[in-house]
Amino acid sequence: MTAVTADRAGGGRSARGLVEMVFRARELSLVAAIAILVLVTAAVNPNFLSGQGVKDIFLNTSILALLAVGQSLVVITRNIDLSVGSVVGLVAFSTGKFLAADPEGRGVVLALVLGVAIGAVCGLLNGLLVSFCRVPALVVTLGTLYVIQGLDHYIAHGRQINAVDLPPAVLQLGNDGVFGVPFLPIITVAVMLATGYYLRSYPSGRDFYAIGSSPEAARLAGVPVRRRVLAAYLFSGALAGLAGVLWLARFGTVVADSARGWELLVVSAVVVGGVAIVGGVGTVYGAVLGALLLTTIGSALVVLKVNSFWQQALTGALLLLAITVDRVLAVRVTRLLRRRSVRHGA
Amino acid sequence: MMTHSSRRFASAIIATSALALCLAACGGTTKDSTQASATPAETSAPAPAKADPNAPVKQGLKLAFLPKQINNPYETIVDDAGIQAAKEFAGTAKEVGPSDASASSQISYINTLTQQGQDAILIAANDANAVCGPLKQAMGKGIKVVAYDSDAAKDCRDLFINQASSEEVGRSQVRLLADMIGHKGDIAILSATANATNQNTWIGFMKDELTKPEYKDMKLVKVAYGDDDDQKSFQQTQGLLQAYPGLKGIISPTTVGISAGARYISGSKYKGKVVLTGLGTPNQMRQFVKDGTVQKFALWNPKDLGYLASYAAAALSSGQITGAEGETFKAGKLGEKTIGKDGEIILGPPFTFDASNIGQFDF
Repeated sequence: MTAVTADRAGGGRSARGLVEMVFRARELSLVAAIAILVLVTAAVNPNFLSGQGVKDIFLNTSILALLAVGQSLVVITRNIDLSVGSVVGLVAFSTGKFLAADPEGRGVVLALVLGVAIGAVCGLLNGLLVSFCRVPALVVTLGTLYVIQGLDHYIAHGRQINAVDLPPAVLQLGNDGVFGVPFLPIITVAVMLATGYYLRSYPSGRDFYAIGSSPEAARLAGVPVRRRVLAAYLFSGALAGLAGVLWLARFGTVVADSARGWELLVVSAVVVGGVAIVGGVGTVYGAVLGALLLTTIGSALVVLKVNSFWQQALTGALLLLAITVDRVLAVRVTRLLRRRSVRHGA
Repeated sequence: MMTHSSRRFASAIIATSALALCLAACGGTTKDSTQASATPAETSAPAPAKADPNAPVKQGLKLAFLPKQINNPYETIVDDAGIQAAKEFAGTAKEVGPSDASASSQISYINTLTQQGQDAILIAANDANAVCGPLKQAMGKGIKVVAYDSDAAKDCRDLFINQASSEEVGRSQVRLLADMIGHKGDIAILSATANATNQNTWIGFMKDELTKPEYKDMKLVKVAYGDDDDQKSFQQTQGLLQAYPGLKGIISPTTVGISAGARYISGSKYKGKVVLTGLGTPNQMRQFVKDGTVQKFALWNPKDLGYLASYAAAALSSGQITGAEGETFKAGKLGEKTIGKDGEIILGPPFTFDASNIGQFDF
């Protein structure tokens, strides 16, 4: 009996090691891809790696990466949140409108609180519909995508928020930083590290992976599936709200359709970053690297003077590559694990 | 089962009516073109065939503005000014339109407005040809059609109110930038989408202007496309500045492009080193004029555009004009306007905004 348990545990450990190695491989290959891209571009045009150039890359990535962190939590639970683009648009405009009403008295903190609150309400709505009403996530979030967009258009009513109407502190949030490091990437990295640590090291964090791997098994194992899925949506919504405030701070001029169509870009970043679209696999670090890669491609192509049409084509190709790699790896890992468990069993 | 068969029935009806509509439209074309060859000025039956410049403006005219999309801030300014103008001549005007800038969604609005029996439809066409059929039907019922901002095909509208002659816009942008950089150095253009008709026409005239001898020391190094998307316009601006370190100036003839470009430059090391100009609204550019990122930029006055469109529609509906070249009418505070070639009325030259005058404008 003891021997069997020990054996099982041994098998489990090596299997986990194997799976972890696969993740690492994905993150390392992303880092390598980004490094090659940056080096080639910098070889052609050294300005790409100048202080301003590096700052630009990180600033460009921040908002997408933040959304990717929220999205990966949802995707890991075998769901999807297509409403994030609309939430960013709604929050950017309504927060902007709120600030513009009294630019003297309202500052960054109030903007962040309001933005995150609006985002969280949207996330809560998604989460309740998906987890408690058991409607497929794709349909629910597609629906809320349009509902939130409609609400945004209703509030905006054809107007726009101009940089001059915003409190200077909010505009500084988008441009300034501490010791030369802009605020936006600092916020994104902090959120990423906290989320990554939670997902890896807390039992409730592991629940998200369990749900994504097999919802039924997770339920039978006593994982509070509904509550965790709700939490994932709440988190994704809140981060989209935060991203909306950062969008406002960064771009200054905001119309109703900010971030329109970004939901698919976010999902692309997450999938390229190694979070399996079928759930249960992936890390937020990978998702952020995916966002960094997609953004860097966009910037590099401009610097390399390549037609920007290729940006979309390349994003699509990367997506297909990522999904193919995921599939091949999944098949390999399953086969390996099965062989091992057979061997251990014998 | 019931739903299934009724749905099939419905789709059959839709298919049949689409066919009927197409036939009707085709019939209309032939009829219109024969009429057009006989009397080039007038196509619709009920209105008087001759223009009477002294006819009084009819009371209680019903005008409908159909913008590209209702959530576009620029179109909102234009339409609101047009609605205000209608009050001056005791008419009523309203704005209706789709939330997405597509031709197919404009068509159903045109059909509804035709059924309502408006006196005139004022449209910023999302597609010059796709809206043509429904507009012809409207004209066939005596409704006057005035295109503004973005033209419909020539034979499906009575007039087109051109915000500024494309040639003047293109050339004046180059002049504006050249003055600021001393007629010397590399320049680039940050446009919207690669297939936007108005952008490409302007860029064509900019290139032509640059061939003149006074610009021999200026070189257009790149036309970049920001797709009227904030992030993409940011990246394109960054890319331009990195790829062409000697860049002296950027022209961005699109409101999204110029504000994104200005926002980026204002927070980067390029501030004060690169001159940015283009087409933008005073409100969106105020901050950047104030902080010194942008010195001068241009635009026509969108309020005047809506105002003129409204008056032109009233003049048409009252029989003062028919849309033929050379006819004139009084457009309220804008004074007398003359119809040019192809039924076009040009609002005037673009207006240049700078630190000294931007305070007088709020749009």
